[in-house]
Amino acid sequence: MSRLNAGSRHRVRFTLNDEPIEGEAEPRLLLTDFLRHVLGMTGTHVGCEHGVCGACTVEIDGVPARACLTLAVQVEGARVRTVEGLAPEPGKLSVLQDAFRRHHALQCGFCTPGILMSLDNFLRNHPRPNEAAVREHLAGHLCRCTGYVTIVNAALDAAAKLRQTGHA
Amino acid sequence: MKPAAFDYIRAETLAEVHAALAAEGGRARVIAGGQTLLPMLSMRLARPDVVVDIMRLPELGGISLEDASIRVGAAVRQAELLAWPPLAEQQPLLAAVLPWVGHAQTRSRGTVCGSIAHADPSAELPLALLALGGTVELSSKRRRRNVVAADFFTGLMTTARVDDELIDAVRFPCRQKGHGYAFREFGRRHGDFAIVACAAIIHDGGVTFAVAGVADRPVARDYPALEDGALDDALDALAWELEARDDLHASARFRRDLVRRMGRETIDEARRCRA
Repeated sequence: MSRLNAGSRHRVRFTLNDEPIEGEAEPRLLLTDFLRHVLGMTGTHVGCEHGVCGACTVEIDGVPARACLTLAVQVEGARVRTVEGLAPEPGKLSVLQDAFRRHHALQCGFCTPGILMSLDNFLRNHPRPNEAAVREHLAGHLCRCTGYVTIVNAALDAAAKLRQTGHA
Repeated sequence: MKPAAFDYIRAETLAEVHAALAAEGGRARVIAGGQTLLPMLSMRLARPDVVVDIMRLPELGGISLEDASIRVGAAVRQAELLAWPPLAEQQPLLAAVLPWVGHAQTRSRGTVCGSIAHADPSAELPLALLALGGTVELSSKRRRRNVVAADFFTGLMTTARVDDELIDAVRFPCRQKGHGYAFREFGRRHGDFAIVACAAIIHDGGVTFAVAGVADRPVARDYPALEDGALDDALDALAWELEARDDLHASARFRRDLVRRMGRETIDEARRCRA
């Protein structure tokens, strides 16, 4: 058993986008703030901070999760992926990211990192989704610009492309 | 919105959890998936001195079939139960209810027992546990005990669990031959909290009907096999009995109407599903 005292900072270690990483956190620090303020990884956005808007969605141990509904100390030893881990190399977009650009699936871009992380995971587990399934998955995200139509189109297009190429 | 400061205990054994809860009592909160506790911490509706993380205890994981029930351990996430292959065969009501619990992005972390522990009056899992006549397994340093769902939910987000107790598991009775099960929910958007949710179980003695989202806790009633008119009268009486209130999301009158109409639809669907 370990007891981490309220007033002190404690070392947290986990895997972030396939790289081991560590930083210090008080027990009350949210994973969103740990990523952004401690590690400087500002790709994960903070919207409502109570799990409703989906902007902070990341992947924890292979499943999509709200970073704002997670304490940094809870991910000790976990595998975390953020939007910074999506692009295969600098200057090159993933299939899903590229589909977002071609379909104009974002305007202000605030909700985009969370939606990308959700859909990236969804398309890996559901290679042949229909529109209803994509929309149901998107129900966990708020976008106030697009009306979602372009996001759905991008997701379905990316799914088709991923089936052709066989990888992300 | 940031949580107030608290100590964090990463427990590795049940004895450690029991000791921490015995020592801290009401100053401690258990965290499992955290999908309800974190918003409460961030909004400072909960300000515990100590948060006890139970997710590293292997004995709290696992879904098993025991005594004609599905036993779901405290560390089992909602998505895990939804993906459990025998679920629809063993308990169709649970299979119908789970896709309505939060969103995919919260079911991935939120636990079944956590939802039961929180006892939100509009939550689907407490409704299912009550409708099915399930059981909550509690343990503490002092004792182990099982509490039936009808005695567990005691009021608005209030349960029979006392401060030093941990919910080890919940048990949902398996489907019974010849019974029919149905669930319906009305909300503004899929994934929102239910404005009204209904569960119905048809059996030889009649129907067990349960409602969430109206009273301060889920409420279940047993009706004998009634004629259609008498059934509608019973649902109307129940709609008034639940003392619905107006709030931001819906009027009391609308809620009563949902109990009458959606309630009847749920019962009719359960009749059709009777196998």
